[in-house]
Amino acid sequence: MTLPDAEALIGKLAEQIRREAGPGVALVGIYTGGVWIAERLHRMLALSTPIGTIDVAFYRDDYKKTGLRPGVRPSDIPFPVENADIIVVDDVLYTGRTIRAALNEIFDYGRPTCVRLAALVDRGGRQLPICAQFVGAAVSVAIDQTIELRRDASGRFSLALAS
Amino acid sequence: MPPGASASLWHPEAVSTLNPSLQISPEGKLLHLLTTEGLPAATLLQILDTARSFVSVTEREIKKVPLLRGKAIFNLFFEPSTRTRTTFEIAAKRLSADVVNLNIATSSQTKGETLLDTVANLTAMHADMFIVRHSESGAAHLIARNVGPDIHVINAGDGRHAHPTQALLDMFTIRHYKGGFNDLRVAIVGDVLHSRVARSEIHALTTLGVPEVRVIGPRTLLPRHVQNLGVHVFHDMEAGLKDVDVVMMLRLQQERMSGALLPSAGEFFKSYGLTPAKLARAKPDAIVMHPGPMNRGVEIDSAVADGGQSVILPQVTFGIAVRMAVMGILVGN
Repeated sequence: MTLPDAEALIGKLAEQIRREAGPGVALVGIYTGGVWIAERLHRMLALSTPIGTIDVAFYRDDYKKTGLRPGVRPSDIPFPVENADIIVVDDVLYTGRTIRAALNEIFDYGRPTCVRLAALVDRGGRQLPICAQFVGAAVSVAIDQTIELRRDASGRFSLALAS
Repeated sequence: MPPGASASLWHPEAVSTLNPSLQISPEGKLLHLLTTEGLPAATLLQILDTARSFVSVTEREIKKVPLLRGKAIFNLFFEPSTRTRTTFEIAAKRLSADVVNLNIATSSQTKGETLLDTVANLTAMHADMFIVRHSESGAAHLIARNVGPDIHVINAGDGRHAHPTQALLDMFTIRHYKGGFNDLRVAIVGDVLHSRVARSEIHALTTLGVPEVRVIGPRTLLPRHVQNLGVHVFHDMEAGLKDVDVVMMLRLQQERMSGALLPSAGEFFKSYGLTPAKLARAKPDAIVMHPGPMNRGVEIDSAVADGGQSVILPQVTFGIAVRMAVMGILVGN
């Protein structure tokens, strides 16, 4: 199948967020793809609150199975989470487990007023009651395939299938 | 480590109990942390990288992650140490583990129970990890060899042999302030002979690629043939500290001063105590480290310990993150 153009999807996400979120909204990207997209959205929307970045490794529910992988990055939320209006940003929304972990981590920083979710693509397959308020595109791919967000040397994004 | 050098260089009596390969699985996973000797650079760096993420955890409102929820960690201290035990306890609690502290010197061991009987009893209580400090070299290895495959052991100091988490937190501190290891000149100063910290540091520093490691101390407090570990030996403090980037002080154990190894604490301070004047021989941006607890006026002058180049208190803070990383990696493996 052909995957949609990632650059166009980011434009769509930016439009949706611009329409529905106030200027005080704060973005929190999930490593790695979510952070790339959050950085781009932050520039496109000229937001004033600096972006947060999180690596959910310490909150994952498959730690018992997989352990801690090398390459964990420090999470950093440089704004007060207490009473914040937050949009969590990820590249691919699938089972919802990463988002569950991200929500738990964010709440360890404080109690936000509101948390919404932006995903570049939603591939269905949810295993938890989680949905995104901002979605670039819904796509359908085989269960044994993964969708990867790539960024080339010039900073352009593209989507690719891997199995 | 250069060929030919081995654990026997330091303490010949301990070698038969020490098997560095015990701590790494055939697939390269860390199962126990017993010594820095023989640990590959990739494993050391994984611990340091993971620790950096745990530093950020300790800066938030809730300084805790759910990683080890439901796990039971036993602090087995056969030798007293409030500070090290406390940092392991805090680290375990910040990972949401349940922690049990056992001061065995005052417990069953005095009633004649053997070390392995104690461990077998605690295993029957569903322990997931043992953190072991013991005055005998090889005690943690002995326990690691005798526990089931799902139980992990961390050596929190065994005799004169090893203290790997102290060495790792020192590596974390160096990397934090110096950005890496590749261009550094590092001096380890004082009672190297009796120091499990020094030994673990030397292995870690050389594995991580520090090009010049120096040891500085009187002949009576340096191991014979220590240069076979790839270090440069100095007996004169001023020469040894010249142009170094990092000064790692060691604690002078009080009991050494009453023995024949040293004339007196005052004499030692005169020759090997780190004063501002001696520190001026190092690079202007050199950092000063000490594993604690410090003997002020014996191995270090208060003006240095409390001065602008001292990173002794940050070492303690980083120690918690490093111990969290080691526990998180071990239990996940």
